[in-house]
Amino acid sequence: MVRVSLFVTCVVDQVFPNVGMAMAKVLEAAGCEVEFREAQTCCAQPAFNSGYRDQARTVAEHFLTTFEGAEYIVVPSGSCCSMISHHFAELLPGDNRVHDLEPRVFEFSQFLTNVLKVEDVGASFDGLVTYHDSCHALRELKIKDGPRKLLQNVRGLRLVEMDTAEECCGFGGTFSVKFPEISGGMVRTKIDAIERTGASTVVSIDSSCLMQIQGALDRARSKIRTMHLAEVLANTLKAAE
Amino acid sequence: MTSRDEILSKARAALSRNTGDPVPPPPAVLLREGPTEHLVEQFTAALEALAGNVVVVKTCEEAQVAVDKALNGRTFIRSTGTRDAIAQVEVGITSADYALADTGSLVMFTESNESRLLSLLPPCHIAVIERSKIVACLDDVFRLRPLPGARSSAMVVITGPSRTADIEMRLVRGVHGPGEIHVIIIDDVTRSP
Amino acid sequence: MKTPDVTAALGDKKLQLAIYSATARLGERRRETITSDHEELRQYAHDIKKHTLDHLDFYLEQLERNVEARGGKVIWAKDGAEACAFIQNLARKRGVKVIVKSKSMTTEEIHLNEHLEEVGIEAVETDLGEYILQLGGEKPFHIIAPALHKTKEDVSDIFEKHLHSKRETSPEGLTKIARVALREKFLEAGMGITGANFLVADSGAIVLVENEGNARLSSSAPKIHVAVSGIEKVIPRAQDLGVFLKLLARSATGQPLSVYTSFLAGAKREGEPDGPEEFYLVLLDNGRTRLLADESKRQSLYCIRCGACLNHCPVYRKIGGYNYPWVYSGPIGKILTPQFMGIEHDPWLPFASSLCGACGEVCPVKIEIPRILLELRSDKVANDPDRAELWSFKVWAWVMRHPKFYARLAPLALSAAPPVGPVKKWLSQRDLPVPPAKSFRDLWKERSK
Repeated sequence: MVRVSLFVTCVVDQVFPNVGMAMAKVLEAAGCEVEFREAQTCCAQPAFNSGYRDQARTVAEHFLTTFEGAEYIVVPSGSCCSMISHHFAELLPGDNRVHDLEPRVFEFSQFLTNVLKVEDVGASFDGLVTYHDSCHALRELKIKDGPRKLLQNVRGLRLVEMDTAEECCGFGGTFSVKFPEISGGMVRTKIDAIERTGASTVVSIDSSCLMQIQGALDRARSKIRTMHLAEVLANTLKAAE
Repeated sequence: MTSRDEILSKARAALSRNTGDPVPPPPAVLLREGPTEHLVEQFTAALEALAGNVVVVKTCEEAQVAVDKALNGRTFIRSTGTRDAIAQVEVGITSADYALADTGSLVMFTESNESRLLSLLPPCHIAVIERSKIVACLDDVFRLRPLPGARSSAMVVITGPSRTADIEMRLVRGVHGPGEIHVIIIDDVTRSP
Repeated sequence: MKTPDVTAALGDKKLQLAIYSATARLGERRRETITSDHEELRQYAHDIKKHTLDHLDFYLEQLERNVEARGGKVIWAKDGAEACAFIQNLARKRGVKVIVKSKSMTTEEIHLNEHLEEVGIEAVETDLGEYILQLGGEKPFHIIAPALHKTKEDVSDIFEKHLHSKRETSPEGLTKIARVALREKFLEAGMGITGANFLVADSGAIVLVENEGNARLSSSAPKIHVAVSGIEKVIPRAQDLGVFLKLLARSATGQPLSVYTSFLAGAKREGEPDGPEEFYLVLLDNGRTRLLADESKRQSLYCIRCGACLNHCPVYRKIGGYNYPWVYSGPIGKILTPQFMGIEHDPWLPFASSLCGACGEVCPVKIEIPRILLELRSDKVANDPDRAELWSFKVWAWVMRHPKFYARLAPLALSAAPPVGPVKKWLSQRDLPVPPAKSFRDLWKERSK
């Protein structure tokens, strides 16, 4: 049995807990033994991206201690996953624990398709769906086809591409509040593209992007809903008892 | 200290280098192979896609006919002329040292002693070349001529008519250089046209 | 941290459409011309730039020797003032009253036109876009499409006012008006000034890449040709151009090759019927050796000015070229400006990015722009931290290292956050999600019971 330690990220833990639950459900259904280490908090990205490396470093150290000995760490976020697997090394150069950790950290869809070799989890979902490529998943983790394959294999789900799937939603962490007008302009361009597809649901693998997109959709009084990939895959899926 | 010495010493300090420190060889040159067959056809397709005209003829006599047809009665200068004279004519006629099959380009070295302004000032440029001048791609020219400046003060690669898209991204030909290009390719050159 | 007011650009629908459609088209064309070996070409270009800049002193000396062997002269300029002074003196000595110029970001950087104007020399920009902007008294909006924000009606207004031309709103007609006006200048000018896309050390040559023919004219119609180039433009061999010319044309405008590539090795030679009688290469430092000293950011100097990072930058595509403080805009401007001017001048610059990484992905010489942005952010914080922000990150880091406090404090912070500061800024653009009744860790505990 594959043993998986969840790193649910602070955003999922505190704002979108159902995403974490859905991820656990899908992983268990795929035959994994899932654990949650309660000492976990954040990946350190907010401080790192804001230039506060000393503060980020201490939080990264906390992460390393928390996940010591974990066989696989699975994260419902491309961005947080990339922080760990790509940027911890910049924060803690020469630290062997980082080196050991890198090959064991996976974004959720990546873990399904690359490690478990699962492309059909047996879920069903009724509706027209479009997929938003989150930047760090796409450009740092090179995740592009995996989530699409997983979606295409969901019964009843029809996937339609938006013309600018790879364009940033404008979230960018503190960028969204340091430059609210630019960030707002970016997300409005994004929802225009989403609306042009006619989809009723927009799916991504990063809850932060979805918070930004859902916030703008709500502001625009749109009926379109955002869902994390894990929530779609967990839909009408029987939990492994 | 002169500006020269100051800049160089700052650069050395920045790079932790001393005057005369050895330099390892640069990465090996990367030159690609181009198409090996149907060079004339490829050249023609590439230049026509850029709105250039290509005529393939068998002999020099036929080339002269093709030139006359392209000229269509317009004033011209061939090979050399003064700047002011070239600025007055409607057509400049030149040869070319190479033509590139993959991009439809002409490559001209100034060592041919033709006026470089002939392919630039008049609104129309006619180039007459021999079939043997066509190579696969620009990398072939760099293979044949690793130091293009050895015998020429200039090498110019011309790929289609002069163009701009500076106003609303709309393509307009003939902004400063010729908006019209004709290339006449001769199969057999027993006599100059 | 003070940030610029970008609301005017964001609210201008006409401008937004102009930027968005032009950059989208340039991006599309780029994608259409990219070949399957693109990654290999990028890596090669990166490696060549790295090798050359790591041994820059050597290649500059080699370049100088070879330019002089071809009868050209090399002028070393520590800064813009030295470069401008040399050109002004040369013009005065040769009695030059009119200078034709082809587009060069380097001469924009040193304000050459303004300098020449002050001393009574007319310097005419001859790239169509630059010409329009010069007449209208504006600066380039984009590295390779300088007037992309102008409509044909705007151009007609400018031509009517300054060239007294008739109303003309077709791009073809407008281009013709400019061709006629500029042709006179080319034939009248005593000097042509160009930039250089590449400096070729083994050949003593400069390379100019363009589509219009104005760089060819500027470098061959007048008797004197002066090329002004930053010292970082040097590459070792003419043969390296095979890769660089492809990458530049594809990345900039999506062409397999640009219309005109001029490889210029000195003034005209014996027997050649035309070409400049004198050739000068001005090698400009202007802060480049300082950038060179920072090894982790040195690659900022690899830039070949293709503009692809601008076309793919969601921030540039919103705020356009005029909200950046210096001549270099977009992602490359965000990393060059703080390094040239000092991080204290416009500290907001490296922060004005969502770190989406599109710039690094398209850069033809693989400059890691996102990584350098992050380093510059860290430099800004080290140099001048915002006290309140520093304290909040200290508190944040402490909480994140103490999971029990985090588990209690985070839900409180979320549900009780007053709508001021960041929350207010968030709410200025979009709604906030309703905080959940239970966190994941609470749900997990319940489930495990």
